Amino acid sequence: MSETPKTPAPQTGPLVSVSGLAKSFGDHEVLRSIDFEVMPGSVTVLIGPSGSGKTTVLRSLNALDVADAGVVRIGDVEVDFARRPVTKRQVADLRAQSGMVFQSHHLFPHLTVLENVTAGPVLAQRRDRAEAVAEAKELLRLVGLEEKADAYPYQLSGGQQQRVGIARALAIRPKLMLFDEPTSALDPELVGEVLLVMKDLAAQGWTMVVVTHEIRFAQQVADQVLFMDGGVIVERGTPDEVLTRPRTERARQFLHRILDPLD
Amino acid sequence: MNDQTIALILDSLGPLLRATVTSTIPLTLISFVLGLVLALGVALMRLSSVRVVSALARLYISVIRGTPLLLQLFIIYYGLPALGVRFDPFPAAILAFTLNVGGYAAEVIRSAILSVPKGQWEAASTVGMGYVTTLRRVVLPQAARTAIPPLSNTLISLVKDTSLASTIQVTELLRVAQEAAAPTYQFFALYGVAAVYYWVVCLALSFGQSRLEERQNRYVAA
Repeated sequence: MSETPKTPAPQTGPLVSVSGLAKSFGDHEVLRSIDFEVMPGSVTVLIGPSGSGKTTVLRSLNALDVADAGVVRIGDVEVDFARRPVTKRQVADLRAQSGMVFQSHHLFPHLTVLENVTAGPVLAQRRDRAEAVAEAKELLRLVGLEEKADAYPYQLSGGQQQRVGIARALAIRPKLMLFDEPTSALDPELVGEVLLVMKDLAAQGWTMVVVTHEIRFAQQVADQVLFMDGGVIVERGTPDEVLTRPRTERARQFLHRILDPLD
Repeated sequence: MNDQTIALILDSLGPLLRATVTSTIPLTLISFVLGLVLALGVALMRLSSVRVVSALARLYISVIRGTPLLLQLFIIYYGLPALGVRFDPFPAAILAFTLNVGGYAAEVIRSAILSVPKGQWEAASTVGMGYVTTLRRVVLPQAARTAIPPLSNTLISLVKDTSLASTIQVTELLRVAQEAAAPTYQFFALYGVAAVYYWVVCLALSFGQSRLEERQNRYVAA
């Protein structure tokens, strides 16, 4: 009987696995036992009232917030937060897996747009400068800002700053993109340009986890929607399941409040 | 003012200038640069989450700020020989001024570092920078903007504080003026010249400060 040669199975499993994630700030339990998975190339949107823990979930994925317990795996990097101490090395390894876009962009104000985008590749990853600059210009073209390469962040609009933030995060060639309420701090007329860039990224096959209140974005782009309240995932499913036909009263009320705030 | 006084002033201009250039200015600049390096170290220690390290830095700052500079100078020059440590006047002065700047500037640098928003540390970390790279490329350049005006104050104070070195035989500007004035009793004339020299040095430094501040403001909205 001849054995068939073993070929490595193609990566079809989830890119991100989170299990048993828990976190308290003092007496306040922000997260209690969060579990979810993110498939490669998919978009996961976290929605929920403020204080529901969605930002903390996102920030646990790159250990900006260090969870008290639970396991986070991204690709082949896994951190078990219950095993103390969590070392700097572990945090750095996990953090290197993803790119992060912040609510208030946190661009480096003393660096030009181009220098912001090359900061990761050149200053941290020690990649070749010429190559990093070429790639950064490509990324700036992708977010529609190639002509702003030499501007300083203060010279840009909020929407442009946020798009530079996206390019800066992409520049480290992450496996996964994290967005923490990327449009919440923007004037309403600037929201669209940022969401369009994010939609482009999703279409290009980027794996994304997005905390947002933009329900229409979730409806159009998300593969998976997680509705959080009180530190737990209350509902999960496709946008249609969670956003159009929510099963729980809490989700219904929340969606009603943000879709018809005057009602 | 009689001719004799004018002649004395004219004769003193050269030696006083020489004392300024060869003693007062080097004393100031060397102590300031070394003091800043020390201050950065002390500031980072003070910000350390390791309690002992932070407490050591706090103690150092407290002692430096809580005792007179003149006394610090005397302890180093006149006091340490009792323990078998002997310095020449100039190195003793450099050491005292460096330690003094280290204490004062440490607090300036610490608060300037704290003025940089936490989000900058986080953003730097998410693009892969470690502590040292973040400090060097992200935090300190921004902290510099906050720190330049108070550090300029420290520097300008230091120019004048170097006159204290006259008490430990350093032939700096004030001492040269004293030596020239003593035999002639022309204190007003010679101390006046010395005062003008100190003032000119400080004016030049203030000018440098303005230029530096303008440069730092290139990346912030008006």
